[in-house]
Amino acid sequence: MLETKEFELNMGPQHPSTHGVLRLVLHLDGETVLDVDTVMGYLHRGTEKLCETRNYYQNVPFTDRTDYLAAPYNNLGYVEAVEKLGGYQVSERALYARMAIVELSRIASHLFWLATHALDIGAQTMLFWCTREREVILDFFEAALGDRLTTSAFKPGGLRRDLPEGWVEAVLEFCSTFPARVEEYETLLNANRIWIERTVGVGVISGEDAIALGLSGPMLRGSGVDHDLRKVLPYGGYETVDFDVPVYPDCDSYSRYLVRMEEMRQSTRIVQQALAKMPEGKITGKAPKMIKIAEGVEAYHVVESPRGELGYYLIGGGKDIPYKCKIRAPSFCNLQAVGPMCKGHLIADVVTVIGTIDIVLGDVDR
Amino acid sequence: MSDFLIINVVIPLVQIGVLLGILGLAAGYIVLAERKVLAFIQSRLGPMRVGPHGLLQPIADSLKLLLKEDLIPGSADKLLYVASPVIVVAMAFTALAMIPFGQGITLLGYHIPGVIADVNVGILLILGISGLTTYGIILGGWSSNSKYPLLGAMRAAAQMVSYEIALTFAVLAGLMVAGTLSMVGIVEAQRDMGVWFVFIQPVAWGIFTIAMVAETNRAPFDMAEAESELVGGFFTEYSGMRWALFFLGEYTAMLVIAAVNVTLFWGGWMRPFPNVEALAFLDVVPSGIWFLLKVTSFLYFYMWIRGTFPRYRYDQLMALNWKSLIPLSILNLLVTGVVMLLLA
Repeated sequence: MLETKEFELNMGPQHPSTHGVLRLVLHLDGETVLDVDTVMGYLHRGTEKLCETRNYYQNVPFTDRTDYLAAPYNNLGYVEAVEKLGGYQVSERALYARMAIVELSRIASHLFWLATHALDIGAQTMLFWCTREREVILDFFEAALGDRLTTSAFKPGGLRRDLPEGWVEAVLEFCSTFPARVEEYETLLNANRIWIERTVGVGVISGEDAIALGLSGPMLRGSGVDHDLRKVLPYGGYETVDFDVPVYPDCDSYSRYLVRMEEMRQSTRIVQQALAKMPEGKITGKAPKMIKIAEGVEAYHVVESPRGELGYYLIGGGKDIPYKCKIRAPSFCNLQAVGPMCKGHLIADVVTVIGTIDIVLGDVDR
Repeated sequence: MSDFLIINVVIPLVQIGVLLGILGLAAGYIVLAERKVLAFIQSRLGPMRVGPHGLLQPIADSLKLLLKEDLIPGSADKLLYVASPVIVVAMAFTALAMIPFGQGITLLGYHIPGVIADVNVGILLILGISGLTTYGIILGGWSSNSKYPLLGAMRAAAQMVSYEIALTFAVLAGLMVAGTLSMVGIVEAQRDMGVWFVFIQPVAWGIFTIAMVAETNRAPFDMAEAESELVGGFFTEYSGMRWALFFLGEYTAMLVIAAVNVTLFWGGWMRPFPNVEALAFLDVVPSGIWFLLKVTSFLYFYMWIRGTFPRYRYDQLMALNWKSLIPLSILNLLVTGVVMLLLA
């Protein structure tokens, strides 16, 4: 008999499909994955510690750089946590403007997820189709917020400045054409035999396991658990708009794909409603120029980011800087599922699993 | 100079020279065509900077690759590492010698055939030589002495060996109808019967077309490269001109196998409906052009599926071959035999 032994393969930190600087140590038997060790921290920048050295306004740009594919959502989580901490009121115009912007960021984030996920599975055309629409959304961000990726969109109390002229009309026009684009993507993938074979039954995680591992967002809803913070713990005016939460019970990559595709449609609906409801008036709310929070006052605020449950835990430090800022990052918790989801599958499935989790390494390492 | 010398030495040498000269360039332009086709599928423009509409891009690319540093990894097996891209290219070019590009022309009283070597077992030789390409890939992956190339080479070996079976069975079905192994003979058989074999053997053609994509390691069967999983597959460690040789080999192999498909199933160099007299005016177009048109359609087909399909997984690829294509091709062979026996 020939002597056989486990084959150890380093996937990453420089690898085309690890979505950044994630490193996976794969223990292989031929092509079958026996075990996965996740190594991370290559993008650790000490965001939480940095937040303890700047004042409440100056911390907003740090939050951009955690989940950089959906920066407005991070801004929202942080800003609303500060508002909760100080009890500040948001103007109604700002409330709906924020809702439209963050839902656009959800669409942009899901588009880029689809682009890279499909590319990992080998469908390279999706990359270009999805970035085409994402570009339009990033242009909206640039027009309204001054930046495309690291938006620093909001400040406690509202937005930094009012929306530019014609912005609302342009966004509404995009919303009227976008669902047809989603259908276009689906014609290329939904009934594609190879796409189905590559995603159905790959990366299965049951609803109970998903809860036990602390997964959230589409990871949870793709496993048949109906849990969306926008419905369960409404924030930022979500209780006033009408939308559905897609839930698919098959627990595999394909059902998570269906969840995200449907979420793009629902987000379009939310944007349309939010812009319709947005009144005229001041976009900056009532928050002092210098925010000071008394020592020991604390607040925890969770929002449903495109990747899942994003939490900001803030403790006041008596001066204008927080004593502590803890971020509950959805990518970090979702990444835990890599091991259980990959075991027994092939190398090609590891790539599918990383894609279906939709991690952003900036969010994982912070 | 005696006629013997001219017919057996001079003409073939000229043919070989012309073919090599054209093909070195053609492979570069197939790459450009692929980039353009993919670009249009993906709503962008593709190469536009070098020359009008990027037409000089292949030349710029090959110059760049020639000038790059020739890098051999320290732990590589140097002899095999250097030899394997050469094997791939040499095999692909050798197979081209048996492809009939046209009817041939008469020049200065000498008939120049459209094929370099009309071997009486032509198609068998082509399949055999293409089979040897696998060695280039396996040795290239193995001699790199690196993990990703090794996995890529393993996949390539398994894939190409298994798909050759389906491919050969599909070819056999066509050969049973043709009654000859010579590439020229196959086209002449289609002319004499007045029908292209794709209409007699549609199943065999379907199997051949799927298997040929797998045989040339192209999307959606590009397991061996699979850049999103294995970085670069078997040529991860290659760079510069050696890497380009693998590329040249891949695109020439595409050309060869598409040409075999056209010859065996689509009437080779013949115009459409060769037996319909009313269409005789189509003969104005030289036979070589018809052949190239058909081959180009197949090359476009390659690019088209690359632009629209995701990649198969390794085990699914094998299941498709062993559970569907091979049984189907054997069944097809059986039915062909029975029908021929009844008709005889």
